[in-house]
Amino acid sequence: MRDIRKKLVIIGNGMAPGRMLEHLFELTTAYEVTIFNAEPRVNYDRIMLSPVLSGEKSYADIIIHGDGFYAEHGITLHKGERVVSIDRARRAVISDKGTVAAYDKLVIATGSAPVIIPVPGHDLPGVVAYRDLDDTAAMIAAAETGGRAVVIGGGLLGLEAAAGLRARGMEVTVLHLMPSLMERQLDPAAGYLLQRELEGRGIAVRCAANTRAILGADRVEGVELADGTVIGADLVVMAVGIRPNTQIARDAGLAVNRGIVTDAQMRSDDPDIFALGECAEVGGMVYGLVAPLYDMARIAAHALAGAEVEGFRHQETPTKLKVTGVSLYSVGEFGEGEGREDIVLRDARRGSYKRVILKDSRVIGAVLYGDVADGGWYNEMLKSGRDVSDIRDTLIFGERHQGGGSFDPVAAAAALPDDAEICGCNGICKGTIVRAITEKGLSSLAEVRATTKASASCGTCANSVENVIRAVLGDAYAQQAEGICACTDHGHDTIRRAIRAKGLKSIPAVMQALEWRTPEGCAKCRPALNYYLMADWPGEYEDDMQSRFINERVHANIQKDGTYSVVPRIWGGVTSVAELRAIADVAEKYDVPEVKFTGGQRIDLLGVKKEDLLGVWKDLNDAGMVSGAAYAKGLRTVKTCVGTDWCRFGTQDSTGLGVKLEKFLWGSWTPAKLKLAVTGCPRNCAEATCKDIGVICVDSGYQVVYGGAAGLHIQGTTELGLVKTEEEVIEVIAALTQYYRETGFYLERVYKWAKRLGYDQVKAVVFDDLAARRALHDRFVYSQRFAQIDPWAERVEGKYSHEFAPMAALKLEAAE
Amino acid sequence: MNAQATPLTWTAIGTLDDIPRQGARCVRNGRMTIAVFRTADDRLFALEDRCPHRNGPLSQGIVHDGCVTCPLHNWVISLETGAAQGADSGATATFPVRLEGTTVLLGL
Ligand code: SRM
Ligand SMILES: Cc1cc2nc3c(=O)[nH]c(=O)nc-3n(C[C@H](O)[C@H](O)[C@H](O)COP(=O)(O)OP(=O)(O)OC[C@H]3O[C@@H](n4cnc5c(N)ncnc54)[C@H](O)[C@@H]3O)c2cc1C
Ligand code: SF4
Ligand code: FES
Repeated sequence: MRDIRKKLVIIGNGMAPGRMLEHLFELTTAYEVTIFNAEPRVNYDRIMLSPVLSGEKSYADIIIHGDGFYAEHGITLHKGERVVSIDRARRAVISDKGTVAAYDKLVIATGSAPVIIPVPGHDLPGVVAYRDLDDTAAMIAAAETGGRAVVIGGGLLGLEAAAGLRARGMEVTVLHLMPSLMERQLDPAAGYLLQRELEGRGIAVRCAANTRAILGADRVEGVELADGTVIGADLVVMAVGIRPNTQIARDAGLAVNRGIVTDAQMRSDDPDIFALGECAEVGGMVYGLVAPLYDMARIAAHALAGAEVEGFRHQETPTKLKVTGVSLYSVGEFGEGEGREDIVLRDARRGSYKRVILKDSRVIGAVLYGDVADGGWYNEMLKSGRDVSDIRDTLIFGERHQGGGSFDPVAAAAALPDDAEICGCNGICKGTIVRAITEKGLSSLAEVRATTKASASCGTCANSVENVIRAVLGDAYAQQAEGICACTDHGHDTIRRAIRAKGLKSIPAVMQALEWRTPEGCAKCRPALNYYLMADWPGEYEDDMQSRFINERVHANIQKDGTYSVVPRIWGGVTSVAELRAIADVAEKYDVPEVKFTGGQRIDLLGVKKEDLLGVWKDLNDAGMVSGAAYAKGLRTVKTCVGTDWCRFGTQDSTGLGVKLEKFLWGSWTPAKLKLAVTGCPRNCAEATCKDIGVICVDSGYQVVYGGAAGLHIQGTTELGLVKTEEEVIEVIAALTQYYRETGFYLERVYKWAKRLGYDQVKAVVFDDLAARRALHDRFVYSQRFAQIDPWAERVEGKYSHEFAPMAALKLEAAE
Repeated sequence: MNAQATPLTWTAIGTLDDIPRQGARCVRNGRMTIAVFRTADDRLFALEDRCPHRNGPLSQGIVHDGCVTCPLHNWVISLETGAAQGADSGATATFPVRLEGTTVLLGL
């Protein structure tokens, strides 16, 4: 059957057309869509490049539409193909690779290109702009070798680049032509506060600095200013502005001013050609922030679908800077002008500054630095044009000081009108969120974000969105904190990435860099951080005993009566007369009340007094035994069956392999406990198919399986792959364990971790990609150099001796 | 407890260095065990080593921000008042403790 759908071709696959398609597919299925994207990738959240640069997010986190989206909607996406011309007569576009695509409707969404100031040396290697993922990757690569960076441009992009490079350890200088930073969004007072804050973080700032030349023979070596100063640099980032990409439209004879001229429905002067995003000029304005672009996207989608929609109207968009820990907000106008009045509040000690600009008793602008909680409130008044004479006296103190009483942000959210804007980037009003919650039964921030897009772009409004959810659901809304505990808003993922990206090597450093709310963390986050630091910096990070749960601190399991249980390692479940005798002797000598076989093929001495632990361990050590780590978020047991040694069905030496694996893996710390089993044939007597990692011996080799569970949750394992030799089993299991160690969340068992990452993804990395598998194995082996130390022996020798004896005994019990 | 019964006697129990930062040591006082805590900023607190929940040994918990998390079921106990925090209720006895030079004195 012929496809009778009309052909829609889109040039550019940025944020604006991505959003347009979402609206379009909700409205109609009339189009067959073809997209050309000069960037060789899917649609991602460009705003979030700054967190990628600083290491707080990864590329995978910021993808808006994955490959699945294009498949699902039958879209042809030409990745890495640039459209070079539009043939309006034939109604077709031609790409640089020669692809020709005919259109019924065409959308030009080519965005902008960074402005490069043509000073001498601007084309030297080492000079980059800041616009796309490739620029970001180039900066990250440059930062890996350390050195000095100069950022030219002290606007939004330049400062985000500077902060990101600084976070990655570079020495950074910002050069800004104007006398104060971000002069388009901030008045000089707030610009100065910002400069001081950045300087406090070790970023050098030079305002009124005019770049004369970029120096260097084969690559960048420095920057020379007009006053002759030379600043050494290994990397120069140009972030001085953007220019709409309009060349192909101009060549095609469309009306172009600063941008491609459109009417309020985003139509160019050719009725079949639309323009939207940063390349479009509507109502005489071009835009560089996503909120208005999303408006254009919605309107263009309606126009394409032939649906009624109100045309584009200019609105002020607030500006925020996405540098962790710097709060600033500005909206509207703040220059001097006829009839304008300022209300200013400064608190130099707290580093906060607020200024509201009024005209005819109406708010026309606001600049907030430090305390930005009221930004939305001022913006609301700006948009509504309400007369503020009645609250003028208290206006500057903000919303919480209106009408007396104590301020309750949830009550304030409840009191907002339905058309109050909550998410600026996406233009989501309170009413939309409330409807989504009540009609679709949503109950978490994540669900509201997925359904309405509120807080899905820059994320700074997440708190306000939560307040609305709380106002609607009341107590039913248990805050599903995205943070790992109440001390932080950051999730495990962000924390792990920041530790590596920023080279954080101590718990206080992590808390400082990620702005923990509590000075010392809590019993939830400290053990997690301690594990992450141990796993990421083997040999460098020193284990923090005070951040470990008691069991891991004293290497025994605490019991309900405050005594401990002691489980020595019984390698692969195989013991000897000598070991059994030593265990029996210890039990007798220390009056151990109970001796029990565990479900893990070893022996538990239960009810040992804390003071006796050292003695118990010494005796067990002397008999050649080490701690079984029955308490550890680390390797626990490797269960085995009798295998070829004795069993008539055994296909391989399952017992021997189990012992080898346990001797190889013991001592390692993992996100949660790690249990293995090796079984001699598929009859599975060692229960390998419900372990974190299992090996099933078969005639042709060894089947490695993983992701089983038989505790709180019951689940069979998934196959990783079949290998031929014991050496390969060990390599694959080391790689799997190391990948888990590097990407697992604290307390996340293997089955949950694999589900989160995807079993295919895990297999692709630790089994199929031989180079990655080898590298993971090698990292595991390296980290074992610092991990395979028997904690019992260490303590018997006197380490942490304070743990095991009371500090003082004041009255003898008999004297009572 | 009867407040005026016996005047406080200050007893030396060791030195500051005997107690790890963000940690605790026990002092046996007859049948009772008292846990002496040292915070990250070197403040000292003493509590009976018994959680108001089910008698967990608080000395074995993780110390953070003026509190200790009990090792048995994660109640959070204030070092200053001995009271359970958050939704839990109950309290553990507290004892005065002070530093003279580097010597730790416990008031009983
Ligand atoms: C001693 C032992 C029971 C026994 O007498 O056999 C045992 C004892 C405890 N288990 Fe277990 N588990 C023991 C085998 C198991 C097994 C069976 C196995 O390993 O083959 C399982 C199911 C398999 C699994 O892990 O998936 C098991 C699943 C759990 C769980 C649930 C874990 C889960 O993620 O679903 C917990 C709770 C937890 O870890 O949060 C747990 C927690 C505990 C704790 C540590 C409870 C606690 O936090 O204090 C118990 C400590 C008692 C003590 O002081 O010794 N134990 N536990 C077994 C020790 C094996 C060993 O030699 O090290
Ligand atoms: C680092 C950074 C941080 C930002 N932070 C914020 C923020 O906090 N808040 C905010 O509101 N905005 C922010 N922005 C701006 C925002 O990202 C842009 O306004 C928005 O992405 C523009 O969307 P667009 O679709 O118009 O263009 P783009 O997203 O730029 O997409 C245009 C795409 O078209 C492709 N293209 C160009 N020409 C052709 C051609 N001839 N053929 C095929 N493909 C072509 C380009 O390769 C590009 O992929 C930021 C931008 C950057 C770079
Ligand atoms: S099943 Fe495990 S956790 Fe539960 S009582 Fe038995 S030993 Fe303890
Ligand atoms: S005994 Fe302390 S929390 Fe249960």
